[in-house]
Amino acid sequence: MKGLVALTKALADGATSSVETTKALLQKPDLVGAFLLRDDAGALAAAKASDERRARGAALGPLDGVSVALKDNILTEGVVTTAGSKLLAGFVPPYDATVTTRLKAAGAVLLGKTNLDEFGMGSSTENSAFQQTKNPFDLTRTPGGSSGGSAAAVAAGLCAGALGTDTGGSIRQPAAFTGLVGLKPTYGRVSRAGVVAYASSLDQVGPLARSVEDVALLLEAIEGFDAADSTSSDVAKTAWREGLRSGVKGLRVGLPKELFVDGMDPEIDASVRAAARRLEALGAHVVELSLPHTKYALATYYVIAPCEASSNLGRYDGVRYGHRAKDVKALKDLYEKSRSEGLGPEVKRRIMLGTFALSAGYHDAYYVKAQQVRTLIRRDYEAAFASVDVVLSATSPVLPWRLGEKLDDPLAMYLMDVLTLPCNLAGLPGLSMPCGQSKAGLPIGLQLLGRPFDEATLLRAAHALEADLNLSLEPR
Amino acid sequence: MPRADFQVVIGLEVHAQLLTSTKLFSGASTSFGGDPNAHTSIVCLGLPGVLPVLNQRAVELALSAGHALECTIAERSEWSRKHYFYPDLPKGYQITQYEFPICLGGRVVFDGPEGEKTVRLTRIHMEEDAGKLVHQGAVSLVDLNRAGTPLLEIVSEPELRSADDAVEYLKALRDVLVWVGVNDGNLEEGSFRCDANVSVMRHGATTFGTRCELKNLNSFRFIKQAIEIEASRQVELLEGGGKVEQETRLFDPQRGETRSMRSKEDAHDYRYFPDPDLPPLLLSKARIEQARQALPELPRARRRRYVEALGLPPYDAGVLTADRAMSELFERCLAEVGEAKPVSNWFMGELSRLLNETKTSVAEVKFTPTQFAAVLRAVKDGVVSGPGAKELFAELFATGKDPHAIIAEKGLAQVNDDGPLLEAIAQAMAEAPKNVESYRNGNTKIVGAFVGAVMKKLGGKGNPRRINELLVEKLKA
Repeated sequence: MKGLVALTKALADGATSSVETTKALLQKPDLVGAFLLRDDAGALAAAKASDERRARGAALGPLDGVSVALKDNILTEGVVTTAGSKLLAGFVPPYDATVTTRLKAAGAVLLGKTNLDEFGMGSSTENSAFQQTKNPFDLTRTPGGSSGGSAAAVAAGLCAGALGTDTGGSIRQPAAFTGLVGLKPTYGRVSRAGVVAYASSLDQVGPLARSVEDVALLLEAIEGFDAADSTSSDVAKTAWREGLRSGVKGLRVGLPKELFVDGMDPEIDASVRAAARRLEALGAHVVELSLPHTKYALATYYVIAPCEASSNLGRYDGVRYGHRAKDVKALKDLYEKSRSEGLGPEVKRRIMLGTFALSAGYHDAYYVKAQQVRTLIRRDYEAAFASVDVVLSATSPVLPWRLGEKLDDPLAMYLMDVLTLPCNLAGLPGLSMPCGQSKAGLPIGLQLLGRPFDEATLLRAAHALEADLNLSLEPR
Repeated sequence: MPRADFQVVIGLEVHAQLLTSTKLFSGASTSFGGDPNAHTSIVCLGLPGVLPVLNQRAVELALSAGHALECTIAERSEWSRKHYFYPDLPKGYQITQYEFPICLGGRVVFDGPEGEKTVRLTRIHMEEDAGKLVHQGAVSLVDLNRAGTPLLEIVSEPELRSADDAVEYLKALRDVLVWVGVNDGNLEEGSFRCDANVSVMRHGATTFGTRCELKNLNSFRFIKQAIEIEASRQVELLEGGGKVEQETRLFDPQRGETRSMRSKEDAHDYRYFPDPDLPPLLLSKARIEQARQALPELPRARRRRYVEALGLPPYDAGVLTADRAMSELFERCLAEVGEAKPVSNWFMGELSRLLNETKTSVAEVKFTPTQFAAVLRAVKDGVVSGPGAKELFAELFATGKDPHAIIAEKGLAQVNDDGPLLEAIAQAMAEAPKNVESYRNGNTKIVGAFVGAVMKKLGGKGNPRRINELLVEKLKA
C-alpha cells in the first residue's frame, strides 16, 4: 500500500473500489497484533455505500471510501470500545466520538479498533489488558505507545491511516518507532468529545499515516470547533494540503540544547542533526536555543497527568457499566473489587499517584506547584517562538526497545517520554516524522514543535524535509 | 437549666434548584418525577468520553439571584471537581465552584420580632446536584433523574441568633429567589433545601463554640425544631462539663433528636481541583450590568413603595407583594385605574376570594387590566350598584367577557333617573303611612326601611344615594 493520498487518487480514478481495498485489508492477517477488533461487516457496508455514492458522482470528499483505523479509546457507536482495559471489556458505546462522526461524514471506512496501553497510560502498548502489539520493523520490539496499535496497523499496511491520542507523546513516539508521520494537534484543535479521558488538559486526538500529506488530509477531516467540548477552539478549518509545498526558505528552526539529552542514542542524535542540516540546505536558518525549564517537564507531567487521571477514572465503579465484581456484600467491596479486578497495574499506579498528589496537605506541594511549573514551561516556548518558527529535536531518545525489557522499571519507561511531554504541557502542536534508520533497520523519528494553532508551518517544514530525505521505510 | 446563659449561633447553607429546563452540563430535562432514570443523558450517566457543556441559562439565573441578594458578581469564577465515591454520583466527582465562586458577599433582609434584620452572605456558588438511591430491602436502586440539576448554594455568615430568625431568614431568602424566578421554593420536593451550622457560646463570649452541621431539614417547622433541639443538646453537654465535637448530625423528626452522621475524622478528603474540561466562567462587566438592569423591583422595595408612595396600609402592601404574579397583575391594573386603594380593595377582597374559591392561579386569570378598570369605572360612575359590581366582577372573572356586555346581558345597570325612582318612592310611602308618620315625628332612622322597600321594587337596581336623597325630600314634605 502506497498511502492514504495514493488510495484517494486510485479511488477517484476508478483504479480500485472501496469494497476491493477494504476486503483486501480485512483479509490481511494481523501479524503484529495491531487490532483489538476488526469490524468486517461494518467496514464492508460502509465501503459498499461509498462505492455507490462514487458511482452516482456523489462522493463525500477525498476521504470517501478510504480505510482508517481508530485507537480503541475513541468511541464508536455500537462497536465495542475498551480503552485497552479489562474494566471496559465488552463495553458497547451508545454514541460516536466527534472525530468518529466526522470521519464517517467524510465517507471514511472504519476498519476497526486498535490496541493501546490501558487508558493511554504507557509508552509501549504493553499495558494493554488484551494483547501484545509488535513493531512491524522487528517483531521482538515495541511499536511504542500508547497508540502502538494504530501505528503498527498503518506501518504493517493494515489500513491507510489511523487516529491515535496523545497525552504525553502517544502519537509521536509510536510514529517514530514505526517509520510514520504522526501529528498531535494544538490542544483544542480537535474535539475530545467521545474520547475516553486520560488527562483532560493534555489529551488530544491526531492522525498517524505514511506521509505528511496523508496526515494533513486526516487532520482536515477531524479538526474544528465542537460545541460538545468546551475546551475545543473556535478556529477556522484549514485546507492544510494547500500550503504544503511552499518550502522552508527563511524558516527559522531552533535546536534546544535541553532536548538533546545525555544518554540519547548516538544514531538518533546523528540522524536528527543530519536532518537539521538538510533543512539548512533547503534555505532554513537553524539556531541553537535554550528551554531552561525542560528538566522539570517529566516531573510536572507525572504529577498533572496522574491527578487528572485519578479523577477521570473515578467513574469506573462497576455500578452503571463496565466490569462489576461478583458476590460483593457491601458498597465498598463493590468499588474495591470491581476496580482491583478491572484495572491494570500501571493504571492503579497512576491513580494512586494522582490521588496522593491531590490529597489534603499535599495538594499545594504537588498539584499547585506542578501547575506553576507548567506555566514556566509554556513561557519557555513562548519565548523560543519569538525567535524561531519551529523547534526541532528527536522524538524519542532511544530506538524501539525489546518487548518486556522495561516492564519492571516504570521510572525508566517514564523517562522515554522526556522529549515529547513538554509539547502537551505547553499545549503546542507537535509532529513526528521519519528521518532515518538505525544500522539494525529500526526507524528513527524527529519531532517538530510549533506555535499554538500553527500546524501549517509544521506540515510545510515536514513536507519539505520528507521530499528531500526521500526515505522509503518498509518493514521487513 | 441555665439555657439563658447561652447564645445560639447559626449559619445556614441553602441549596436552591435553579429553574432551568435542562441540566447544568447536559441537555437532559430537569422535570421533577418521571420514571427513574428517564431524565438522563450520556453526560448525566457519566459514560466514558462525555464532556460537560455549561448551561448559560443557569448562569443567567445565578446572576439574577446574585443581584437580588446584593452580592458582588465575580468576573471570573472557576469550576472544580469535588471527589467522592457514591452510586448517586456517576462521575465520581461533583462539578462545583470551590475556590472562585460566582457571587461573593450579599445579604438577606428580613423582619424579625424586633424589626428589620440583615444577615450577610459569605458567598453563592453554582454546582450540580447528585442523583438519589432508593433502598428496597436488600438492594439499593440508583435514580439519576436529579443528577446534574443546577443548584445554587447560598452560604450565610454565622450571624443568626435564634431558630425563629433562621426561619424568617429562610422565608425571606425563598421569597426573593421565587420572586426573581430563580427557584420554585418547594421544600417538600427538595428544590429548596437547607443545612444548618449550629453552635452555642456563653453570652458575652468572643469566640464561637464548636459547630455541628444539621441535615435533613425539609420544612420550616423541622428547621426550627432541629436548631432548638441541637442547641439544647450542646448546652446540656457543656453544662455537664462535656465538649461539643465537630460533626455532621441528622435530624430525626419522629424522635425529636439529632444524631451523629459522621465525625470530623470521617470527613471526606474531596481532593478539589479545577475541572480541566471546563474553562473558567468569564462574565463581562456589560453582561453583569445587563442582568442587574433586568432585575424586577424586589418585594421589600415594592412593599415600601406601596406604603410610602401609594399610601396603602402596610397590611395591603404585604398581601399584594406576597406573590409575584399577583403583584404584577396589581401593577398592571393600577396603571389602568390610576388610584391605588380601590384597586387594592378589589384585589384583597373579591379577587382573592374568587381565586381561592375557584382554585385558580393568577396566571390563569381571564380578565385584562382594561376590563378590570372598566368595572371600577362603572362603580364610580354609578352605572352599577355595589352589589351589582360584585356580580359584574364575578361574571368577568368567570368569562373574561366585555364588562359592558355583561351589564347589558345581566341587566345590571343601575336606575339613576328620578322618574322611576319617584314612582317607587310614592308607592312605598303609600304602602306604609305609619312609617311616614313616624318619620315626621322625628324617627329619621326609619328612612333605611324605606330605602330597602324602594330598592326591592326596583329589583335592587336603584341608585341608593339618589333614592336616599329623594326619600328624605319626600318624607319631609
